[in-house]
Amino acid sequence: MLITSALITGIALGAMYGLLALGFHITYAVSNTVNFSQGASMMLGAVLGYTFGVTLSWPMPLAILAALFWCGVFGLAVERFLVRPFVARGSNGWLMATIAGGIILENVVLFTFGKEPRAFPSDLAKEPIQVFGAGAYPLQFVIPVTGLAIAAGLWLVMHHTKIGTAMRAVVQRPEAARLMGVDTQWFIAGSFAVSTVLAGIAGMLIAPLFHVAAGMGTLFGVKAFAAAIIGGLHSAWGVMIAGLLYGISEALVTAFFGSSYTQIASFSFVILVLIFAPNGMFGRAAIQKV
Amino acid sequence: MSTKPLFSKLSRRALLCAAGCAVATAMTFSLVHTAKADDTIKIGLIATLSGPSAKSGEAITRGLEVAIDELNAAGGILGKQVELLSRDDESNPAKGLTAARELVQREKVAVVFGGLQTPVSLAMVPYFNQVKTPFMGPWAAGTPVTKNGAEENYIFRVSAVDELVDIALVDRAVAVHGSKLPGMILINNPWGESNEKGLRAALSARNMEYAGIEKIEGSDVDVVPQLTRLKEAGADTLFMVANVDPSAQVIKSLERMGWQVPVVSHWGPAGGRFSELAGPRGEEVEMIQTFTFSGNMTDKAKDVFAKLQAKYPEIETIKDVTPAVGVANAYDAMHLTALAIENAGSTDGPAIRQGFYDIETHAGLIKTYQNPFSPDVHDALGPEDYLFTRFIDGEIVPITTN
Repeated sequence: MLITSALITGIALGAMYGLLALGFHITYAVSNTVNFSQGASMMLGAVLGYTFGVTLSWPMPLAILAALFWCGVFGLAVERFLVRPFVARGSNGWLMATIAGGIILENVVLFTFGKEPRAFPSDLAKEPIQVFGAGAYPLQFVIPVTGLAIAAGLWLVMHHTKIGTAMRAVVQRPEAARLMGVDTQWFIAGSFAVSTVLAGIAGMLIAPLFHVAAGMGTLFGVKAFAAAIIGGLHSAWGVMIAGLLYGISEALVTAFFGSSYTQIASFSFVILVLIFAPNGMFGRAAIQKV
Repeated sequence: MSTKPLFSKLSRRALLCAAGCAVATAMTFSLVHTAKADDTIKIGLIATLSGPSAKSGEAITRGLEVAIDELNAAGGILGKQVELLSRDDESNPAKGLTAARELVQREKVAVVFGGLQTPVSLAMVPYFNQVKTPFMGPWAAGTPVTKNGAEENYIFRVSAVDELVDIALVDRAVAVHGSKLPGMILINNPWGESNEKGLRAALSARNMEYAGIEKIEGSDVDVVPQLTRLKEAGADTLFMVANVDPSAQVIKSLERMGWQVPVVSHWGPAGGRFSELAGPRGEEVEMIQTFTFSGNMTDKAKDVFAKLQAKYPEIETIKDVTPAVGVANAYDAMHLTALAIENAGSTDGPAIRQGFYDIETHAGLIKTYQNPFSPDVHDALGPEDYLFTRFIDGEIVPITTN
């Protein structure tokens, strides 16, 4: 039962890390930049979902769609104001700017949503079911299924559609892509919107198991970036699988050694992977032709 | 085009005049500031006023403000009005220590009150002992806060004390739940460590073994792995020591596991929306408190509750004063502090410390205090003042009496 319950816990948590990590992957794949406000975007999804669905009592599907729409708008704003101006100048200032954007968003939410955490109700996290002797909510199985489906969808879009070909062209040869009529700026902005929408989905999926609060995304964001690094930022499947492995290893370490050792073991694992596979487990070294 | 430096255009006399005016203005401001400081008795508060534990800071502030209103209406302390200066520690020990330095050195406060977080209080304790400024703890229950080993101890408390709470938790688990092999689920910080030590000692005093000790983090989404370890080790009761969010995660994880085990808790869950976050199973948690307005029909309780309602219109029912311990501990602590300063006859730190020892009797909200402090006893409340409670319909209701 110890292993079963740890696996169930780890797979759900890991899929959530994977979803957030996919957001890191998609912006990196298209623009070579990363949105470090992913944790805050995740929180934004949960807070907006709660506000529309619980506070304003909108039907939950409508609340979810509205929350994801505004998450997308936030992603566009991040790209327009916190990334584009720095990239245009050839500066890496976007690194700090996106972190700062996340902190500002957290504080705005703290003042508007309130200081206290709230419970996010969900029919999928009400009645536990028994799986091989371990109790679990149905939501814990919905999260990995959703995460894997989204990873598969992204992979299909990237490798089997014209949009995907154009996206890959944007990152490989932006000038050539532009000459071929590809609106590179549109694709880059779109990748940021998709990344924050993915974070919003992760936030609304995890909120019923956790709670909704301004600071809920910070640690998740850090762990998801660790998963993205382990998996290799270039690979959609890589970051998703790395997210799952990270979540499962966290739960197994907690189950067998106690939670005092969880962070030590998890982040030591990250360092080891980077030593032996600098581009991540599923990543590839970038080839720069000069 | 002239490139003459700016200063050469101004006469020396004009510069001297300007400098003189600046010094005079600064001195005037300084004199006004000093005069204002001399007119009031300044009381500092360093508590969590933002973030998930903000409700605790709000409760302490309310208790202090109602007490200060009463003191000021009766002429203040030493004939001076009392002024409260609040600082947010953001649950961060380093920020608490920075605020302590600022309040003592710049604001010259007479006494500083602390907040909910034991780690923050522990970070500030050596500083207050060093500068000989009395510190009053109305909430943080860590044993080493008052029992800090300092030769001259300036730390006082009107609150529960972990080592005594832990004895009460063990007594209840054995007496009510027939516990023979309890397990511990503790927050991974100095407060958790303080209680781990206390619970081990309390169990050892009864020659009892424990099934295991598991730690939780505030960010833990799922506590099932830790709880499964305790269940497999044969735990028949759980001692829980954690604040609102991690406590709620423990209860939700128990619900998910389908493990029906009694949970006897320190007072952490009382600090916020525990019943909402933990769900219906949260009502089964038995937690220790020093005070509740619920079921309390004393004239003092009715009077203070009426004053709270008058001052804070959002308080409509007893449910809205959650957690009441923060209000009651702070309210009584402020009145005891006022007596100590009156006894001292000044705001000199060592004199106030002696003033605390000289308090003979005070009819407070929690109880009537008789010689609450002495050089060996810096905690005004003891096990006889503790009561066990439960959340019922969002209200903290006593299930035992003190």
